[in-house]
Amino acid sequence: MIITDETIKYVSALAKLELTEEEKEKAKKDLGSIISYMEIINELDTDQVEPLSHVFPVKNVFRDDVVVNGPDRENILSNAPETKDGCFKVPKTVE
Amino acid sequence: MEITKLTALELGKKIKAGEITVKEAVQAQLDRIKEADGAYNCYVTIMEQEALQRAEEVQKKIDAGEFADSPLAGVPAAIKDNICTKGVLTTCSSKMLGNFKPPYSAEAVEKLEAAGVVIIGKLNMDEFAMGGSTETSFYGPTRNPWNVNTVPGGSSGGSAAAVAAEEAFFALGSDTGGSIRQPASFCGITGIKPTYGMVSRYGLIAFASSLDQIGPMGRDVSDCAAVLEVIAGHDAKDSTSMDAGDYKFTEALVDDVKGMKIGIPDSYLGEGIDEEVKQSILAAAEVLREKGALVEEFHMDMTKYAIPAYYIIASAEASSNLSRYDGIKYGYRTPDFEGLQDVYKKTRSEGFGAEVKRRMMIGAFVLSSGYYDAYYKKALQVKALIKESFDRAFEKYDVILGPTAPTTALEIGANADDPLKRYLGDIYTVSANLAGLPAVSLPCGFDSRKLPIGLQLTGKLFGEKDIIRAAYSFEQTRKYESPIKEKEGK
Amino acid sequence: MKTYETVIGLEVHVELATKSKIFCGCTTEFGGDPNTHCCPVCTGMPGTLPVLNKKVVEFAMAAGLATGCSITRSCKFDRKNYLYPDLPKAYQVSQLYLPICRDGGIEIETSSGKKRIGIHEIHMEEDAGKLIHDDWDDCTLVDYNRCGVPLIEIVSDPDMRSAEEVIAYLEKLKLILQYLGVSDCKMQEGSLRADINLSIREAGAPEFGTRTEMKNMNSFKAIARAIEGETKRQIEVLEDGGKVIQETRRWDDNKDTSFAMRSKEDAQDYRYFPEPDLAPIEISEEWLAEIKAREPELRDAKKARYTEEFEIPEYDADIITASKKLADIFEAAAAICHKPKEVSNWLMVETMRLLKEKVMEPEEITFAPENLARLIEMVASNAINRTVAKTVFEAVFNENADPEAYVKEKGLGIVNDESALRKAVEDIIAANPQSVEDYRGGKDKAIGFLVGQTMKAMKGKADPGMINSLLKELL
Ligand SMILES: [Mg+2]
Ligand SMILES: [Zn+2]
Repeated sequence: MIITDETIKYVSALAKLELTEEEKEKAKKDLGSIISYMEIINELDTDQVEPLSHVFPVKNVFRDDVVVNGPDRENILSNAPETKDGCFKVPKTVE
Repeated sequence: MEITKLTALELGKKIKAGEITVKEAVQAQLDRIKEADGAYNCYVTIMEQEALQRAEEVQKKIDAGEFADSPLAGVPAAIKDNICTKGVLTTCSSKMLGNFKPPYSAEAVEKLEAAGVVIIGKLNMDEFAMGGSTETSFYGPTRNPWNVNTVPGGSSGGSAAAVAAEEAFFALGSDTGGSIRQPASFCGITGIKPTYGMVSRYGLIAFASSLDQIGPMGRDVSDCAAVLEVIAGHDAKDSTSMDAGDYKFTEALVDDVKGMKIGIPDSYLGEGIDEEVKQSILAAAEVLREKGALVEEFHMDMTKYAIPAYYIIASAEASSNLSRYDGIKYGYRTPDFEGLQDVYKKTRSEGFGAEVKRRMMIGAFVLSSGYYDAYYKKALQVKALIKESFDRAFEKYDVILGPTAPTTALEIGANADDPLKRYLGDIYTVSANLAGLPAVSLPCGFDSRKLPIGLQLTGKLFGEKDIIRAAYSFEQTRKYESPIKEKEGK
Repeated sequence: MKTYETVIGLEVHVELATKSKIFCGCTTEFGGDPNTHCCPVCTGMPGTLPVLNKKVVEFAMAAGLATGCSITRSCKFDRKNYLYPDLPKAYQVSQLYLPICRDGGIEIETSSGKKRIGIHEIHMEEDAGKLIHDDWDDCTLVDYNRCGVPLIEIVSDPDMRSAEEVIAYLEKLKLILQYLGVSDCKMQEGSLRADINLSIREAGAPEFGTRTEMKNMNSFKAIARAIEGETKRQIEVLEDGGKVIQETRRWDDNKDTSFAMRSKEDAQDYRYFPEPDLAPIEISEEWLAEIKAREPELRDAKKARYTEEFEIPEYDADIITASKKLADIFEAAAAICHKPKEVSNWLMVETMRLLKEKVMEPEEITFAPENLARLIEMVASNAINRTVAKTVFEAVFNENADPEAYVKEKGLGIVNDESALRKAVEDIIAANPQSVEDYRGGKDKAIGFLVGQTMKAMKGKADPGMINSLLKELL
C-alpha cells in the first residue's frame, strides 16, 4: 500500500488533526512502512474464519431499567474549559 | 532496617504487628520519592497531603481491629496515570489531560482503598499508554534505575521504575500489548497482566478497549498475587468484566511445579531475539524442568502475525476512543480559535504528541471506507486464528514459557525515527492481549551490561493460578536483586 | 410534460419509554435543567463504560415482532464515529452489521386501498444531546440531558409513493409503538422523528433516481409539506435538464422549501466497527417467546372486542382505538362505571369537541378515567342532570377535577329538597296563569313550558322528572 499525500490528508481530516508539512512527510513515511508491514497478514487464508471481535466468553450483560443517578451537574461541568448557563460552551455550530 | 526496601507484604505484616506505623511507612516512601525522583522521573503527581492524611485514617482503623483480612492495609502504593483517581490529576501523561481531575475513581483504585492501601501518587507513562519506553510522556521520559541512560520500558514505565527504585512498594499498571510485562522485564521486577475481564476496566482511560487490562507490578510474585487478589473481581459497571469465581491467588504461592506441563513456542526463540536473552530464558526453563515440570519446545506459527493484527486493532480502537478529546468537555483547549472545526483541529494537534497522532491516523486508515475489510476485518480473523493456536497449545500445556521482550532495556532515544522497529519489540507480549490470556513477567537474569531479563509465563483463560505457581516456584531459586544498593549506616 | 413518480423511504427514530437511559442509570425524562440528567457515563468522561439496559432490547424485540420482522438471535452493537458537540464520546453506539430486527413490514390503508410497506431493519442506538444556539453570545450551548436516551431506528424500504402513504405509514407505526408501550411517540417532544429519503423517477422507470435526505422532521404537517415541496423541486431540477445531487437538505417549513445543508468540511466516513465495551447479545427461544407472550392487545383486536364485548358502534370503536390514550381511558372508565356506551359517548362527543376546540391531540389528555367514570355515575344516579354534567366535564377535562368535589363546591347538585322545589313550582304556577289555563284546557305541551321555567328558576339544579310530577300534583 502506497501512502500518498491524499491518504494523509484524508486520515488527518478524519482524526481532526492539522499537520505541518514536516509532520505530513513523516506521517507518509511512517504510515507507509507500518501499513506495508501489516500486509503480511495477507499471507494467511482467512476465507473460512469468522472475525473475532469479542474474545471473552460472555454474552447478555444487562442492567435493569432503574434510575439510580440524580443531578450531578457540578461534577459533569467541573473539567470543562468554558461553560455558560449550566451548559458546555462551544463556538457556534450553525450560520 | 530500611523501610522502603521491604516488600509490600513484609511491610503490611510489620504494620499489623505495630512495628511500623502507617504514617512512618508513608513518610519513608515520600522521603524516598523526594530523594530519587529527580533522577528517574517516575511520578507525574505526588499526593503528599492526601497520603499523610489517609495514613492517619488507615492507622485508626487498623488500631480498631479493621483490615484483619487485608495484608496490604497501610501499605503505600502508586497508580499509573491513566487510572482515574477521584479529585486527583489523571493525565495519561498527555498535555491533553494535563488538568483533568476525574470526579470518580477507577474500580481497581476503590478496591485498593477498601483494602487499606494508601495511594501516594500517579505514575508516568507513555502518552495514552502508546509506546514501549515511557519516552512519549508529555512530562518527560522516565529513566531505568538499572541504568539511567536506558528506558524503563513502557507504557507502564513509571510504575516499573518506581517499584524498582523503591519509590513505590507496588504499583498498578495497565497492559494493552505488553505495557505491564515489558517494563517489568526492563526494570527487573514482576508484573501480571490478568485475563481479560478479570480486573474491572471502569476508570481505566481507554487506549484499546478490547485489549486493555489493569494489573499489579511489584518486587516479587507474592506481592503481585496479593494485589491481584484485591483488585480482581466482577464489576457490574464493566460489561466486559467476568465472574471468575476463584480469586484466591495467594493460595497459588506454592513452591511446586512437579508434573506441570510447560511449552516453549519455537517461534519465541527464533529470529530477532538477543542471544543473551535467549540463553537466560533457556536456563530458566531448565530450572523449572529440574524442579519437576515437563518442559518442551513446540511449534507455533502464528507469532509473526500477532504484531500487525495487534497494531491494526489497537490503533483502530484508539482512534475511536481518543476522538472524544476535543477541547469542549474536559482537558486542554487551544487558546486561539475561529469556529468549531478550528477548536477541534488545533486542540488535538497541540494536545497530542507524535506517537498518539500516528496511531490515530493508522486507526482511521484501517477503519476507513474501502480499507475496513482488508485491514480491520482481516485483523479480527487473524486474531481468531491466534486464539485458536493458543487453544490448541493449552490442550497440551498448562503454561507457555518464553521471553517477555527480545532485548533488555534500550538506550534512551533508540529507534526514535523508526516506529516500526519499536513496534516489533512487542512480538512476545501482544498475543496474550489478542487472546485475552493472563501472563506474568518476572526477572530471570541479567545481560552482560547488567540489565535485567524478563521471563514470561502465559496461562490459559483464568489460569492465573498456574502462572503464579510456576513463577513463584522459579522465583524461589533466585534472590530479588535491587538496582538500589544498601545505604551505609542503615 | 413527463409524468413522474416519487419514491420515498423513511428512517424513523423513536425514543423508547424506558425509565433510565440506554447505558447508565440517568433518567430519560423530557426537559429538565441543562445537564442535570447526566452522569460521567452518558457524558463520555474518560474511563467510563456503558452497561446495556435490558428493557431497550426487549422494546426493540417487541417492536420488531409487532411489525413482522425476524429477530436477529445473535446481535451486537457497533460504533459510528463522528465528531460533533452533541455526541460526547465522538461516536454513537448503534448497530450496523447485525441490527436486532430485519425484513418486516406493515400494512397501510389510504384512499387508494391497502398496501404493504416493507421494513428493512430496526436497530438500537443512543440519542445525542441538544445544541442550544445562543445568538446573544454568538455561541452554542450543549445540554446532554437527552444524550443516551435509547432509540430504535426503523428503516423502511423505499415503498412509499406519496405524502398520503407516508403519513398513513407513520400513523400506523405510531399506533403500534404506542400500543406496545414502547414509546409515547410525542412528536412535539421529539420522541418520534423521521428522516425522509426521497427521489423522483419517470413513471415506469425501473431504476431509482438520486435521492436527497431531509432529517429530523417532527410533525406530520411539515412532513407532508416537505414531501410535496421536495418532489416539486426535484422535478424542476430534472425538467431544467439538471441532476439531483445526493445530499442532506433541511426543510424550512416557513419558507416552504428545502435548503442544501452546508456540506461538512470533511468527508463523512463513519468508520463503523464492533463496540468492544459491550458484550454480544444472544436472544434465546425462551426470551423471544416471553416477549411474544407479553405483547398487548393491538388495535385491530381491540376494535373487534369493543364492538362485541361492549356493543359500541364500529364507528366509535374505530375512533376510540385510533388513539392508545383514548382506548386506555375508555377501558379504565368502563371498568369502573360499567357503562361502556356512556363512556364512549362522552369520548366521542364532548371529548372530541374539546380536543378540536383546544387543538389538542388525544395523547395530551390529562384527566383520569376515574373522574369520567364518577361523572357518569353521578348522572345515572340523578345527582346531576345532563346539562350540568357538560359543565362538570369541562372541569374534568381542563383540570382533572374530581366531579363530586366540583359539584359540591360550585353548588351544582340537583335540589332534592322537596319543600324548596314545591315552593319554586308554586311560584311558577302563580306567575304563569296563562300556561296553567292552557294546561288545564287540555294543552299538554304547556306543562313543558312550566317545567322549563322551574328549571330556569332553579338554575338547572333540579330533576325535571320531579318537577313534572309536582306540577301535575299541584295543578
Ligand atoms: Mg441512526
Ligand atoms: Zn448518565
